[in-house]
Amino acid sequence: MIAVALTLATVAVLFAIIGKNPIEALDVYFLEPLLDPFSLGEIVVKATPLVMIAIGLSLCYIANVWNIGAEGQFLVGAVAGSWLAVRTNGTDAGYWVLPAMLVLGTLAGALYALIPAICKVRFGASEILTSLMLVYVAYYGMDYLVRGPWRDPKGLNFPTTAPFDPVATLPPLFEGSRVHSGTLIALMVVMLIAVMLGRTIMGFEIRLVGAAPKAAGFSGFNADRLVLFTFAISGALAGLAGIIEVAGPIGYLQPDISPGYGFTAIIVAFLGRLNPIGILIAGFFLALTFIGGENAEIAMKVPLDLTKVFQGILLFYVLACDSMIAYRVRLIRGVRKAVPANA
Amino acid sequence: MKNRIVVVAAAAIFAVAAATLAAPAAEKLKVGFIYLGPVGDFGWTYQHEIGRQNLVKALGDKIDTTYLENVNEGPDSERSIEQLARTGHKLIFTTSFGYMDPTIKVAAKYPKVDFEHATGFKRAANVSTYSGRFYEGRYIQGMIAAKMSKTGVLGYIVSFPIPEVISGINATILGAQTVNPNIKVKIIWVSTWFDPGKEADAAKALADQGADVLMQHTDSPAAMQIAAQRGIYAFGQDSDMIKFGPKSQLTAIIDNWAPYYIQRTNDVLNDSWKSTDTWGGLKSTLVVMAPYTNMPDDVKKLASDTEAAIKAGTLHPFKCPVVDQDGKTVECKGGDHLDDGQILSMNFYVKGVDDKIPGK
Repeated sequence: MIAVALTLATVAVLFAIIGKNPIEALDVYFLEPLLDPFSLGEIVVKATPLVMIAIGLSLCYIANVWNIGAEGQFLVGAVAGSWLAVRTNGTDAGYWVLPAMLVLGTLAGALYALIPAICKVRFGASEILTSLMLVYVAYYGMDYLVRGPWRDPKGLNFPTTAPFDPVATLPPLFEGSRVHSGTLIALMVVMLIAVMLGRTIMGFEIRLVGAAPKAAGFSGFNADRLVLFTFAISGALAGLAGIIEVAGPIGYLQPDISPGYGFTAIIVAFLGRLNPIGILIAGFFLALTFIGGENAEIAMKVPLDLTKVFQGILLFYVLACDSMIAYRVRLIRGVRKAVPANA
Repeated sequence: MKNRIVVVAAAAIFAVAAATLAAPAAEKLKVGFIYLGPVGDFGWTYQHEIGRQNLVKALGDKIDTTYLENVNEGPDSERSIEQLARTGHKLIFTTSFGYMDPTIKVAAKYPKVDFEHATGFKRAANVSTYSGRFYEGRYIQGMIAAKMSKTGVLGYIVSFPIPEVISGINATILGAQTVNPNIKVKIIWVSTWFDPGKEADAAKALADQGADVLMQHTDSPAAMQIAAQRGIYAFGQDSDMIKFGPKSQLTAIIDNWAPYYIQRTNDVLNDSWKSTDTWGGLKSTLVVMAPYTNMPDDVKKLASDTEAAIKAGTLHPFKCPVVDQDGKTVECKGGDHLDDGQILSMNFYVKGVDDKIPGK
């Protein structure tokens, strides 16, 4: 609450400086998108991949395992699923195509995430570095495919695949809206993970290894197995989000399928305090700031940079207030000087 | 705390009411633009923004313009376009190829809104396409480059192997060969439209390989800046880049969108807008050459004579016979030159290009 109030104050000053009405800005930013069915739908579309990826990442982070490469797993999932769509394009393949694509995307994301996990368990390589580096491998691999072998033969060399057939696309849930059934899958995933974390041995293990690795070791939990497990789950969910995004709102594979969802999801995971319900709210909230920002660009003609600054300030205050609540800042006078060890 | 919430809520409600009441009495036509890059890229998007500003200057009392910049070509673009359509914009320019399918999708949902998509090939009853015959300018640049190069090696930085880019490379070579049949061109594909760092690296690599005239089919002035540092020549792309290389720029191909934007907006104002496919060149001033600078007078004369000939229609950069890389003569569908369809779908190199089209 304090964070929001502080943000509002800062932003009000900013808007006042560039000569815009701050109250109108807040209205355009936060109220209008929520009151309007179209914007609400778009927020949901935007939040879906964020929530799905973030919920998987939260498992890793709770267990003190650092998967930074969700973006890569997202892309690999999208590519693996698209492979089937491209192969069956123009054939009379039946309704099995879409489910098979989703399964392929999930599996591919999981397998891709297992690479850094195995490197960590087997060779002790830092998973932060390896998972991050694999993002670029995935990106350029996909880039090669859409510019080379998978390029639409009728597309005049533009780097996209042919549009997917109807059996390979997720239909919208409502007529005229872009909200698709992937959103329902995301909600289901949130519930499943919430139950798993709170009610199963596996969930307990994840929380215990994260909170007290030594204690977990003494009680016989295998930390290596947990690294593999959390990476596989988060990779699977990122991969699933990837193929859903391609088969849903986009409808074909192209180099630009993700505006950094895999990285933004890291923010969502922490903003949601690594809690499934929290992540759901955080994903929705972050999507709201995107859509609200765009509304402000249109309605108030503010530059894009200002809306970015707005988002940044908000996140900064939320995280800063978090620390301020958890820790008390004390000014200490006359701190003892460091004494050399041999004195 | 509670008080504050009440205040904010009251203020918000008041703002909504105020906004509703303040709805403009005189209906202005709302025109929207979707930009790929930041408005300050000094290349592609910048020229569209200049076009928009001139449109406002010309018709500012009748219209109200809005733009969204840095719109990703992925899942976000469809929403951004629809945002403009549903907020009362009656004419929407989507200024990059990647917006093609999203534009078509949104246009199907908003039949009363007119859409203009730059550089695409899909049209509908309410979707027009427009682009420039940039190859005409490239042909002139090729001639100038061959005249000015001492090493006989030109450096060419390119983005993606789409027909517009390939026809640009071919036109450059054909122009250069009229001056020096043995001219060589080194090509680097950077696979991006806008990445000043990558473009600069490519420019340095080309200069190191002996290229002493640089040209690019990417959007930033990076190559011009490198040319200025190295004391070699370069051409501006999309906009006049003379301030980035006052001693280096020979000329520039300027995308001059304003006349088109003004005309199409007028069409909507007069209810005479129709779906069309516009492909304007030097003659229609959609493509404009920047002043010829840093070259001797004979080269200047050659360039302006060629420009005049292209405008007059007596010279066509792709005049037959056109021979491809493998030595085969290309079918001549346009009488004495290649027809528009062949240029718009060009997917071969002409003889003398020492490169392979990526993915082919």
